[in-house]
Amino acid sequence: MQNFLIFAILILGFIITFQIARASEFVSVIRGEEKTRKQSNKINGALLLVFLILGLFGVYWTHHTLGDKILKIGSSASDHGRLVDNMMLYTIIATGIVFFATQILLFWYSFKYQESDKRTAYYFPHNNKLELLWTVVPAIVLTILIGFGLVYWYRITGAAPKDAMQVEITASQFKWEFRYPGKDGIFGKKYYKNIDEAHDNPLGQIWDDEANHDDIFLPAGQALHLVVNKPVKLIIGSKDVIHSVGLPHFRLKMDAVPGTPTTLWFTPIKTTKQMAEETGNSKFVYEIACDQMCGQGHTGMRGEIIVETQEEFDQWMASQKPKYAQMKENEAPAAPAAAAKDSTGTVAKDSAKVTGAKKDSTAK
Amino acid sequence: MSDTLHIQHEVASHGHSGEPHVHHHKETFISKYIFSMDHKMIAKQFLVTGIIWAIIGGLFSVLFRLQLGFPDQNFPILETIFGRWAEGGKIKPEFYYALTTMHGTVLIFFVLTAGLSGTFANLLIPLQVGARDMASPFMNMLSYWFFFAGSIVMISSLFTQTGPAAGGWTVYPPLSALSQASQGSKSGMDLWIIAMTLFVASQLLGGLNYISTILNMRTKGMSMTRLPLTIWALLFTAILGVLSFPVLLSGLVLLMFDRHLGTSFYLSDIYIAGQALPNEGGSAILYQHLFWFLGHPEVYIIILPTMGLVSEILAINARKPIFGYMAMIASLMAICVLAFLVWAHHMFVTGLNPFLGSVFVLLTLLIAIPSAIKVFNWITTIWRGNLRFTPAMLFAIGFVSIFISGGLTGIWLGNSTIDIHLHDTMFVIAHFHIVMGVSAFFGMFAGIYHWYPKMFGRYMNNTLGYIHFWVTLASAYLIFWPMHYQGLAGMPRRYLDKSSWASFSQFHGLDAMISVVTIIAFSVQLMFVFNYFYSMYKGRRVRSQNPWDATTLEWTTPIHPGHGNWEGEIPEVHRWAYDYGKDGRDFIPQTEPIGENESEH
Repeated sequence: MQNFLIFAILILGFIITFQIARASEFVSVIRGEEKTRKQSNKINGALLLVFLILGLFGVYWTHHTLGDKILKIGSSASDHGRLVDNMMLYTIIATGIVFFATQILLFWYSFKYQESDKRTAYYFPHNNKLELLWTVVPAIVLTILIGFGLVYWYRITGAAPKDAMQVEITASQFKWEFRYPGKDGIFGKKYYKNIDEAHDNPLGQIWDDEANHDDIFLPAGQALHLVVNKPVKLIIGSKDVIHSVGLPHFRLKMDAVPGTPTTLWFTPIKTTKQMAEETGNSKFVYEIACDQMCGQGHTGMRGEIIVETQEEFDQWMASQKPKYAQMKENEAPAAPAAAAKDSTGTVAKDSAKVTGAKKDSTAK
Repeated sequence: MSDTLHIQHEVASHGHSGEPHVHHHKETFISKYIFSMDHKMIAKQFLVTGIIWAIIGGLFSVLFRLQLGFPDQNFPILETIFGRWAEGGKIKPEFYYALTTMHGTVLIFFVLTAGLSGTFANLLIPLQVGARDMASPFMNMLSYWFFFAGSIVMISSLFTQTGPAAGGWTVYPPLSALSQASQGSKSGMDLWIIAMTLFVASQLLGGLNYISTILNMRTKGMSMTRLPLTIWALLFTAILGVLSFPVLLSGLVLLMFDRHLGTSFYLSDIYIAGQALPNEGGSAILYQHLFWFLGHPEVYIIILPTMGLVSEILAINARKPIFGYMAMIASLMAICVLAFLVWAHHMFVTGLNPFLGSVFVLLTLLIAIPSAIKVFNWITTIWRGNLRFTPAMLFAIGFVSIFISGGLTGIWLGNSTIDIHLHDTMFVIAHFHIVMGVSAFFGMFAGIYHWYPKMFGRYMNNTLGYIHFWVTLASAYLIFWPMHYQGLAGMPRRYLDKSSWASFSQFHGLDAMISVVTIIAFSVQLMFVFNYFYSMYKGRRVRSQNPWDATTLEWTTPIHPGHGNWEGEIPEVHRWAYDYGKDGRDFIPQTEPIGENESEH
C-alpha cells in the first residue's frame, strides 16, 4: 500500500510537471517564441549565478560537516603517511585555487554575458600569448607536484631498513593471516601445494625447512602486533584471488597477488593507545581493510592491528607458540581417535593461552 | 533524390565504380527502420538502444544504492524484482556485486561508448564533413547489429542460474577466472566475455568506418583544418578505439583459455575452496596490463566525443568562434597520444616496479595540460559572448563545470604518492563518476538536445529540458562531492555494509542522503526519456532549416533529410566552422565564399 502511494505520488508529480511544460510551450507560441526565449534566457542566467553561490556555500558546508570525519591531514599514524599527507596538502592548494578560479569564472561569465540586445559577441578566435600562458603555468605547477610526488614515492617504495621487523600477511577469501619469522628472523620456506588447513598448515609451510620451526602464525581474527617507531616490512601474499592490504590510518595500501609476493614498509608512529587519546575514542582500533574486490565476502574482510611499545610487544610475543610446535602437539595424541582430535587441539591452544597469560602476569 | 545523388550514393555504398545503375530505393519498413544503412537511422538505433541500456544500468545503481544507503532496512520491492537474489528485501552480497559489475559494464561500454559515439559519429560525421553516407554503410549497419547481439548476450547473463559477472567491470582474474571464487565467475562470466567480444567487433567496424569517412569523404573545400571540432574529436575517438579494443579482446581470449582450457596465463600458486590448483607461473598482473591498455583509453573514448560536442555547442550558443581552434585540435591529439601511455596508473599498488610507476606518474600528470588548455579555451569562448541558454547550452556549461571538478581530482590520483592512500577508495568512485560518467552524460545530453531537430525535425520540450538540467546538475554534485570525503577517510569502494567497521560506519547518514538524491536524479532522467520519445511525435515542429543559426553543413540539409542527405549537389565549403560574430555579422555559413573585404583571423 505504501509503495503504491509513493508510486502514485510520483506519477502525479510527473503528470503535473509535464502539463506545466506542455502549457508553457503553448504559451510561448501565443506570446511569441522570441519573447519567451529571452525571458527563459534571463531566468537561466540568474539561476547560473544562484547555483554558483549555493555551490560555493555547499563546498564550504560539506567541509564544515564532514571535515572532521576524514583522517585529518597531518594526523597520519605512520611516517610514510606523513609524506602522503604533505602531498595531499600541496595538491589541495594547487587544485583548490584552480577549482575556485575556473568555476567562478565559468558561472560568472555565463551570467554576465547572457544574451542582450545591447551587446554583440566579440570575435576572438585565438590569442597566442594567452594560450601559451595557460600551457606553461599548468606545466610548471604540475612539474612541482610531480617533483614532490616522486621524491616521496621513492622514499615510500624504497628498500626497507635492514633492522626492520618483518611480518608476512597472507590474504585469502575472506580473511587475513599473519606470520612472524620467530627468533631466527628468517621465514621458513613454503609451497602452496602444502597448504592443508585441516592439518595445521594453513600457509603451506615446508616443515623440513628448519627456519619454519620457530615461525609464529596468527590465525584469522587475531590482531597483528606492531612496535611503535620501529620500521616494519610487510611481505604480502594471497592464496586465491587478488586482495589488497588497505591501512587507512597509515595512509598505505598494497595489493596481495597470488603467485607474486609484494612488500610494503613503514614505521608506525603512534600506538593504539595514543590514537585512542588523540581521537577521543577509547575503542579506537587500527583496521586492515581489503581494498580489492575479492568476492562476496569482500565487505567483511577485516583485520586489526595493535601498535604497542617494544616491551608490550615482547611480552605478547613471548606468549606465542610456533605453529610447528602446535602441529607436533596435535599430531602426538592424534592416535587415540580422530573424533577427539579437535577437542585436544582446542585444549592445546587454550593451555598455550593460559601459559601466555601467566607469563604476562609474571612480567608485570 | 536526383539521379546523380543516387549514383553517388551507390558508388559510396558498394565501392564499385563503373557503369552507374539507375534504380530507386524501394524502402520497406525493414530496410528503413531495422536493417537500415542510412547513417542517420543507425545513429538513432544506437541512441535508442543506448537509452534503454542507460535505464537498465541506472536502475541497477538506484537499487544497489538502496542497499548501500539503508543497510539495515528491507525493501520488499527488491524481492519483487530480483526474487531469490534479494530474499526478504535485502540484496545478497554476491548479487550486489553482480549489480555493480553490470552497472559499470553497461554504462561504460553500452551507453557511453556505443550509445554516445555510435550516435554522434554516425549522425554527425557524414552530415558535417559533407558526405552522402559513411564509407561503408553496410559495415556501419553490421556495427550496430554486432552491438545489438552483444547487448542480447549481456542481458541474457542476467537470467542465468548463477547470475551475471560479479567481479567488477574490470573483471580481474583470478576472481573472474575461477568459478570456485565467486558465483558470478560461472556462466555469467562466459557470457560477459562473449558479449564483450561482439562489442569489440562492433567498435572496430564502426571505428574503421568513421576514420575512413573523415579522411576520404570530405566535401570539396573541407580541408582538415576546416572541420568542426566534433569531427576532430570523433576522429581521435575512433583511432583510440581501433588501436586499443583489440588489446582488450586479446586479454579476454586468454582469460577464456584460463577458464576452460587449463592454461595458466593469469593463474599461479592458487589454493581455493580447500584445493590447490595445478597452475603455476602465470601472472595475474598481466591481465591488468592488457585490460588497462584499453581501459584507460576507454575513458577518453567516452570523454573526447563529448568534448567535441560541447565545443561546438558552446561556440554556437555564445555566438562566438571557439577560442583557440588549433590548440583545441592539438590538445585532442595530445590526449589521444598520452591516453596510450598512462594505463599503469591504475596499477600503482599492484607491486609494480616503482621506477615504472614514476614514469606513469609523469605521463599521467602531463595529460592534465591539454585538459587544462581545453577548459581555459571553453571559458574564454564564453567570455564576451552573447549567450543563449538553450537546454543544450546549459548542459554544455554544466559539462565544463563537472569536468573541472572531476579533472582536478585526477591530479590527486595520478600522483602515485597520494594514490597509495586513495586507490580503490570512494574517492576514486567520486573522481571517475564525475569526470567521465556525469560529464560524459552532460555532453551527451547537450548533443541530444542540440541535434534533436536534425534527427526528428522537432524540438524537445524546453521546460522539461530546463528542469532536467537543473535537477541533474544539483544532484550530480550532491551525490559525488561528499563522496570524496568518504574516500579521504580510506573507505574502500564496493563495500555494501560498513556497520562492522570502526573507521567507516561514521558515514551512515551521508550514504542515506546520497541514495535519496540518486533516486531523484534517476526519476529526472526518466522524465528526459519521456521527453525524448514524446517530442518525437508531439514536439514543436522545426520550421527553419537552420534553427540555431549555425555555420556547419548539417544545417544546409532539408529539415527531414532523406538517405543521401542533400538534394542535388553536396555544398562546397569555403571557410572554417566558427565564423560567428565576424565583421558584424551574426554568423557566416561554411558554404559562403570568402568575401573580398573580409578580415583575416
